[in-house]
Amino acid sequence: MRRATYREGVRTALRDALRRDPRVFLLGEDVGRYGGAYACSAGLLEEFGPERVRDAPLAENGFVGAAIGAAMGGLRPIVEIMTVNFALLALDQLVNNAATLRHMTAGQVSVPLVVRMATGAGRQLGAQHSHSLENWFAHVPGLRVLAPATVQDARDMVLAAFDDPDPVVIVENQVLYPTEGDLDEDAPPVSPWHAIVRRPGRDASIITHGGSLSKSLVAAELLAKEGIEVEVLDLRCLRPLDVDAIVATVTRTHRAVLVDESWKTGGLAAEVCATLVERAFYELDAPVARVCSVEVPVPYAKHLEDAALPSPARIVDAVKGVLHGRI
Amino acid sequence: MTPEPLERMRQMVRIRRFEERCAELYSQTKIRGFLHLYIGEEAVGVGVMGALTDDDQIVATYREHGHALARGVDAGALMAEMFGRSNGCARGRGGSMHIADVSRRFWGGFAIVGGGLPIAVGLALADKTLGRAGVTACFFGDGATEEGAYHEALNLASLWKLPVLFVCENNQYAMGTALSAHAADTELTHEPRAHGIVAERVDGMDVVAVEQAATRALEAIRRGDGPRFLEFMTYRFRAHSMYDADKYRDKTEIARWKARDPLALYAEYLLAEGLAARADLDAIDAAAMAEVDAAVAFAEQGGLEPIEDLTKDVYTHDVSARGAP
Repeated sequence: MRRATYREGVRTALRDALRRDPRVFLLGEDVGRYGGAYACSAGLLEEFGPERVRDAPLAENGFVGAAIGAAMGGLRPIVEIMTVNFALLALDQLVNNAATLRHMTAGQVSVPLVVRMATGAGRQLGAQHSHSLENWFAHVPGLRVLAPATVQDARDMVLAAFDDPDPVVIVENQVLYPTEGDLDEDAPPVSPWHAIVRRPGRDASIITHGGSLSKSLVAAELLAKEGIEVEVLDLRCLRPLDVDAIVATVTRTHRAVLVDESWKTGGLAAEVCATLVERAFYELDAPVARVCSVEVPVPYAKHLEDAALPSPARIVDAVKGVLHGRI
Repeated sequence: MTPEPLERMRQMVRIRRFEERCAELYSQTKIRGFLHLYIGEEAVGVGVMGALTDDDQIVATYREHGHALARGVDAGALMAEMFGRSNGCARGRGGSMHIADVSRRFWGGFAIVGGGLPIAVGLALADKTLGRAGVTACFFGDGATEEGAYHEALNLASLWKLPVLFVCENNQYAMGTALSAHAADTELTHEPRAHGIVAERVDGMDVVAVEQAATRALEAIRRGDGPRFLEFMTYRFRAHSMYDADKYRDKTEIARWKARDPLALYAEYLLAEGLAARADLDAIDAAAMAEVDAAVAFAEQGGLEPIEDLTKDVYTHDVSARGAP
């Protein structure tokens, strides 16, 4: 166990996968000589060479499609897309090919593909580099979607996705890359397919994922000072959702605040909310609250960007709201 | 590797008779959905397949019955797939536009125009990386050349010197829009050349010319020269799909192309060269009809997939069961 950054967690897993299996190769814009836009693959070109750490042209649909074909042909590509906004250019290949081929051929074709992408706002990058569109991918049967929120998960989820025989999308919130946490590089990866309670509490549940976990934990600390104990559930896997864990936390606390950096309309928080209505309606003692991004393309100016995103203060207010009138 | 002369005829006739029956079955509502017939274009698929080996891979479009049959996909499994039956090659999950038989390295019909090209690039990358001998033949139409994926795939294949044979079936129309109305430059060999790929235009109604051009291109690719591009001038005799009233094509244009029917041209050649007698051609036709009859019978006797299996094969395995953290 050591202290490490989130990007080191990713890099450790990429190196492990490259060492473990000669069929593995990294593919993406500037993953090689540049070392990755977020330095996740720094040093790997030198260790593994240009065929296994392969720089791609700026052609997301083309190189993601090529990765799908390579996976069909027996390789194990791990693709990096610089930001989720650019991944929209590859939606055709991901949604129409990667997600469908297994079913459409009655199991003849497998697509063992890992696609990592940076998501999220908070670095004043404006509306074309700051969005959280993980729900777009989580909507699609045939894909799996993971959202590592900790340094250990940043490592474990890459390895688990690599071990999965089907296409897995990993959304890495870009504000997390320089953050530090504990990393055990020798531990067997924790299963990524279920949610984890990051903080226990009796009064209400905050259900969140990815870059919003740390904000939720800060909010939980602030609330604890006022005697309010919230449970924080990290969803981790966005498709399939861990429905049992979602029901279980609300069965313990009877109140829920859903924190999700994507927009409220049609977002993942809406899916979690619908799950609660379907599966835990009679456990709820108060209406569910959602803390999502304001419905605006994420603006550049710091004060505007801050105002657009979930914050510990907004989460605290939402928790107090669902606790209003508590007996 | 080169098929004997009658084999080319056999393959083209199989495809023609199979698809003529498909049109009838569509009218009888045995086949539903979209049905795109290859009639008129058979020489391209048959000529290229004749030049490929078992190690090579094929990526096709939604107009792929002919390619599948010429590659050796079982006619019964193909017909049953279009009937939506469990003895179809994709157990009714794919239909006419998504015929796949991975045992034949026939990766399927890709029904997003241009969407198969990046896949072909990746299959070729896998072959090259793993030291396998195969070439990936990627079929697409003139309409696909306007897609971004087309240009991205040409660049990737050329940049990485991959063993891809790009096979452009230029049937002059992107659905109902003529080439001159969808391409600023109607010389389709220009764009691959701009990406550093040797490109050649070939008569797509002459099965021998197709096969010879494919053989030459494949030799260059197998030498390690990187991808090659072949544009085959061809024409579909039927409408785009069974839904298409075909109001956008001139009748004299259709008649002009039908006068160069690839089956008739090759039959004349075989007879003139003394490579076949009329009785040989009749026997090929009778065998093809018998094969189609058998394929329909096979499809008719197929069962329906159980509804309980509806969500089968979306994933290889289920991960929703909670494991210990």
